[in-house]
Amino acid sequence: MQKMKLVVVGNGMAGMRVVEELLKIAPDIYDITVFGDEPYPNYNRIMLSPVLANEQTINDIILNTREWYAENNITLYTSARINKIDRKNRVVYAEDGASAEYDRLLLATGSKPFMLPIEGANLEGVIGYRDIKDTNDMIDAAKKHKHAVVIGGGLLGLEAANGLKIQGMEVTVIHRNEWLLEKQLDKTAGKMLQKNLEAKGLNFQLKQNTKELTGDGADGKSGRVNTIHFTDGSSLPADLVVMAVGIRPNFSLAESAGIYCNKGIVVNDTMQTYDPRVYAVGECVAHRGISYGLVAPLFEMAKVCATHLANFGIGQYKGSVTSTKLKVTGVDLFSAGDFGNIDDGREEIVLHDAVGGVYKKLVIKDDKIIGSVLYGDTADGAWYFKMLRDGKPIHEIRDSLMFGQDSLGNTGHQGQDKAAAMTNEMEVCGCNGVCKGTIVKAIQDQGLFTIDDVKKQTKAGSSCGSCVGLVEQILASTLGGGYAPPSSSKAVCGCSDKNHEEVRAEIRTHKYLNIPDAMKGMGWRTPNGCATCRPALNYYLLSTWPHEAVDDPQSRFINERVHANIQKDGTYSVIPRMYGGVTSSDQLRKIADVADKYAVPMVKVTGGQRIDLLGVKKEDLVDMWKDLDMPSGYAYAKGIRTVKTCVGSEFCRFGTQNSTQMGIDIEKAFDHMWAPHKVKFAVSGCPRNCAESGIKDVGIIGVDSGWEIYVGGNGGIKTEVAQFLCKVKTSDEVLEYSGAFIQIYREEARYLDRTVHWIERVGLEYVKQRILEDAEGRKAAYERLLYALQGAVNPWAERVEKREQHKEFETIIV
Amino acid sequence: MSNWVKVAPFDEIPKLGARVVRTKDSEQKEFDIGVFRTEDDRIFAINNTCPHKGGPLSQGIVYGDKVACPMHSWKISLVDGKAEEPDVGETACFNTKIEDGFVYLELKA
Repeated sequence: MQKMKLVVVGNGMAGMRVVEELLKIAPDIYDITVFGDEPYPNYNRIMLSPVLANEQTINDIILNTREWYAENNITLYTSARINKIDRKNRVVYAEDGASAEYDRLLLATGSKPFMLPIEGANLEGVIGYRDIKDTNDMIDAAKKHKHAVVIGGGLLGLEAANGLKIQGMEVTVIHRNEWLLEKQLDKTAGKMLQKNLEAKGLNFQLKQNTKELTGDGADGKSGRVNTIHFTDGSSLPADLVVMAVGIRPNFSLAESAGIYCNKGIVVNDTMQTYDPRVYAVGECVAHRGISYGLVAPLFEMAKVCATHLANFGIGQYKGSVTSTKLKVTGVDLFSAGDFGNIDDGREEIVLHDAVGGVYKKLVIKDDKIIGSVLYGDTADGAWYFKMLRDGKPIHEIRDSLMFGQDSLGNTGHQGQDKAAAMTNEMEVCGCNGVCKGTIVKAIQDQGLFTIDDVKKQTKAGSSCGSCVGLVEQILASTLGGGYAPPSSSKAVCGCSDKNHEEVRAEIRTHKYLNIPDAMKGMGWRTPNGCATCRPALNYYLLSTWPHEAVDDPQSRFINERVHANIQKDGTYSVIPRMYGGVTSSDQLRKIADVADKYAVPMVKVTGGQRIDLLGVKKEDLVDMWKDLDMPSGYAYAKGIRTVKTCVGSEFCRFGTQNSTQMGIDIEKAFDHMWAPHKVKFAVSGCPRNCAESGIKDVGIIGVDSGWEIYVGGNGGIKTEVAQFLCKVKTSDEVLEYSGAFIQIYREEARYLDRTVHWIERVGLEYVKQRILEDAEGRKAAYERLLYALQGAVNPWAERVEKREQHKEFETIIV
Repeated sequence: MSNWVKVAPFDEIPKLGARVVRTKDSEQKEFDIGVFRTEDDRIFAINNTCPHKGGPLSQGIVYGDKVACPMHSWKISLVDGKAEEPDVGETACFNTKIEDGFVYLELKA
């Protein structure tokens, strides 16, 4: 098939991000030609400030090398400015005479700095701050000249001022407003910032307006700038003037070609312009009337645009909420959303420690965060931002909101919870041994923008996940405004754009009963998914349509396929069930015999009150199960694991309830249950809580008058204390309430969510409403669970019985 | 010199799955080869050992023409035995053919 021609005008971050996304999903449908007016390949524009501050070099910030373009068969023209689009014949022309035909055209022409229309603005030494050339001009100027003036106390202006100071110049920032960064900060934080920057040696003139610039020519109107004059009659020496008063979308090319523009190239939610063959992304567009000047929205646009160019036609861009951070080393500030002082029923929570240099303000309206300003301690910026964007109700956590998120795991990173306080040599990820410096370097050198990128490239946070919060902090502070936390409703995996909830809903609505039908119906991009989506789909099918959906063993992780836990050397561990942790001399004798017969290298008591036989060869599993003649303990399953119990009233002198029997009853009732993740129960016979019910998915505590039920506890990566759900009188009620809770979790949580993660998202109040306020719903949920478990059998016994049908587990000797 | 050995009936290699074939190398040392079948019924054979930490690749989840190692989820191509970027590593590949419903494997002579 003849490939179509895609021409990209603009070799910056937005345009090239579209090309990268497109190559990922549809590498073969276009011949791609890229025109850029700068002499460089695509580079990381947001890292120009660190270059100016001597923290990075130009080479460090190149994102796609010329070799990359060649490897991907992309024709790249640099220093080639397109000045004409012939839409009728579908050709673009460059100033130097080059031209290219297109079937699809992508405009990513970016923005340009707004230059104040004042006398002297065209003098030598008056520049904007946008690209590598501007940056080099500033570095050169600093070598020869002394006085720099930056007009504009916004993010870019302050970063420029900071860099110029580091380059050795005397710098004064001129700002029209009463405080710095008035779009990002309130007055208090703005003043704190000013004080901090003054301590670094910067000078400020606030509420000051520029009248004109004069030069060193005889008439003052030519040559190099040497003085800046203000409207109040005063003036300052200035050998370099950087105008950083804002940017304007660069849409003159589109406009000259007759494409509809209104303060930007107007695009719809698919990033298409009024000419259906022409798409536009990045700072040059006006989407729903808004133009963005930060990198995070550009990436969202790029993703959507790529799906449409690839003819998938599914993504929609619906606008972005942005957050900002200032990339000045030693200054920590973050802001997002709307934090203006308007009397519209909004409330503020403020923490202000003037001496400690910390200021935090959260603006709340209708139970949701609508804005936040953080100064001095921005570790929780991404968390607040995420809640803001997701519109999460906050009343359940309101009293602790200001103290930040305790999202980190407890172990593996030396007790650190603030990345900023860590040195480069300190280990962030204890599983994979990754230090902070390694992560920072990878983000800078390889141009990483998302947590997933960092996980993939450095492995930090990719094992147990305990340190992901720290990694996110490092990413946010290294990228500055470029970082956007992942949306909590992200796609299941790269095979589809649908998120977990959408997938679950479609499986229910369309009654998909097997994976191929589900993938086909939902437009999966890959023929048979990947190792991430297949197990999730398999679980969703089974939990939505018990007894009807087809279980696909090949979409299960090996442990669930062979009903044993794979170990590092490829052997397996075998853990039989001991209901409620109760065993007998017969069972122990059988286990001992089996351990001898198969020369089991290690016999170990587990944390879940049962016995683990470790180091079993795969080919011995079935024989061993036959000899054991005990039920599988599902120690390998995303499903019911153990029900831990204490001794209880039968023997214990403190026991108020028969916790052991309750545990046995629960374990028997819910045996064989699959779930989004592992599920652990515990039952204690009195509030001394010897079974550790406080850190289980469902923890039950016997009291004299009945049973207390706690939910959402977790003892792993991050210790989470279970929350009180309710108190019931009878053991039947314990089964019904806890069963209903687990069933709703099974039906509504995302695959690989533990109960705590699910509750965190939907809120305990929601859970209470479903379980406590809706008695019929509770009973129905419990019934659904019992129905799903009906007829379930011990998988080990089944494997023994149907041995012949499972040849695939046998090794072929040749 | 080619050294084709008969492995198993095609039907006994599970779709989107694998079988383990145990054989000996030139020094008579035992090692395992994973023989994989994709959804579109292509057969691939690669050394069963993941280049990362030696995980048994045949036990992984097969998708497209890749397998995800059961140990730490490295993605290994069944076509050339190479790990998916950014991981770096490679495991040996073996030629396969299907004749009269049987899968054959070419061992290094």
